Amino acid sequence: MGDFLMPSLGADMEHGKIVEWLVKPGDYVRRGDLVAVVDTDKTVMDVESFQEGVVAELLVDPGETVPIGTPLARITPTPAEVGAPAQPVAPAPSVAPAPSVAASPAAAAEPSVAAAAPVRATAVQASPGEAPPIAPPVRHLAHRLGVDTARIHGTGKGGAVTRADVEHAVAARPSAGRVRSSPRARRLAAELGVELSGVSGTGPEGAVTVADVQHAAGSRAEAGAPAGSAPPQEQEPEAPPPGKSPDARERVASLRRAVGALMSRSKKTIPHYYLSTTLDLRAAVEWMQSVNAQRPVASRLVPSALLLKAAALAAKDVPEVNGFYDDGGFRPSASVHLGVAVALRQGGIVAPAIHDADTLAVDMLMEQLRDLVSRARAGRLQRAEMADPTITVTNLGDLGVESVFGVIYPPQVAMLGFGRVTEQPWAQNGLLGVRPAVTATLSADHRVSDGLRGGRYLTRIDELLQKPEEL
Amino acid sequence: MNEQDARDAVRAAIGKVAPDVELAEVDEDARLRQDLELDSLDFLRLVETIDTATGVDIPERDYPEVATVKGLIGYLAAHG
Repeated sequence: MGDFLMPSLGADMEHGKIVEWLVKPGDYVRRGDLVAVVDTDKTVMDVESFQEGVVAELLVDPGETVPIGTPLARITPTPAEVGAPAQPVAPAPSVAPAPSVAASPAAAAEPSVAAAAPVRATAVQASPGEAPPIAPPVRHLAHRLGVDTARIHGTGKGGAVTRADVEHAVAARPSAGRVRSSPRARRLAAELGVELSGVSGTGPEGAVTVADVQHAAGSRAEAGAPAGSAPPQEQEPEAPPPGKSPDARERVASLRRAVGALMSRSKKTIPHYYLSTTLDLRAAVEWMQSVNAQRPVASRLVPSALLLKAAALAAKDVPEVNGFYDDGGFRPSASVHLGVAVALRQGGIVAPAIHDADTLAVDMLMEQLRDLVSRARAGRLQRAEMADPTITVTNLGDLGVESVFGVIYPPQVAMLGFGRVTEQPWAQNGLLGVRPAVTATLSADHRVSDGLRGGRYLTRIDELLQKPEEL
Repeated sequence: MNEQDARDAVRAAIGKVAPDVELAEVDEDARLRQDLELDSLDFLRLVETIDTATGVDIPERDYPEVATVKGLIGYLAAHG
């Protein structure tokens, strides 16, 4: 039995409020499935499960605010896909993991866990007076159907749970006849106003997948759905009109308090040093314009995408700016999760991460940037995005200033700033010309690096931007 | 497209991209970036929204012409 705890969703978070449960008792969750929506002072986030199993009980009601570490739900572990090799009937699990999660180290580690599971599962079953005996094929069926065998009265020999018992339990569920679907698909369906029972699922055992929901929403729109219904991608929940309701005002105020507290801590504990240099963007801007000229507006790039990619690649080369400083000193990060400071239109700022930004092609990074910014503004970020940036970039350029010296987000050790892209007189080889340029600044932690390494980081970004086609 | 249609399309698009902007109070001389505080991603989404709604795809080289609300309305009226 494992507890699902209120996670820490950022260095400054002390408590969180459950806004909504995305699962209910009896649901089967895999690691990475979204299970709850949590409101912090900063934003509303989707939080995923860190374990696999069946949701046994929800311990906190929506609307309740609890400190981090508080148990929110009990999740009963089920044997992983252990019988699978020996079970011809073993289909894929009913819940499709989110693609991003499938790529995570946790998910990648699963096979070895599964290999070890049979022994552990047996041990669990043998524990005194707890679960009734159960044959592996039946256990497997229960696992597949998301049935908690500990809650079934066994009618077999010695109280053993039989196949019929499991099937009976499924049929008797209050939600009997419910449509098989992933939590993510369910939420999307709710957001898009799609009735799940009307969607034909293409997932394992007919489970409704995210793609199915999108398809259903799309065909509904084509079929002349109610006036005012937009294509699915435009139905993101919009942020409430700011400055209008007391609720929105309170949210802005609490976000301001949270930002203030974190920045005070940063300035009190991190010995910042600051560097600045001007980057020649002629090559980058020319390349971007030639690419954009051949693209529809939806896939055009903005200079930020190139700057962010160069920043991520350079962070890989200068590890002293990428990682966390905590009690144990500096821990460099092997991955580059690039935090992007997003100004919220109603006031305040959040800095969620683009994961593994150094490995993303510029187009993909651009896509993720757009997605991240729109979700940040709509107040729908995911836990990992808020919790684990390894370095943050602030890009104030569009507001018209030339340079910005940021305050480091603890426990990170560097904050990179880009100003406005402007045309500037540029001297080279004894000639004066005009080029687009941007001022890049670095605020970095003197406990970890000094001006020489920090300067190397900025000049590395400059070098990378001279070959934009290789970014 | 006549000017009124263009104006309606621009207002609808701004309302979508920047829901906090009080459309009734927007001066048509307002600059999209500086006065309405649209950043480059907002601006891109605005151009995309207008393209979807009206079929007018504003190429990047014409961005300077559509830097204000009035400029954007005029551009749509001329090209739509």
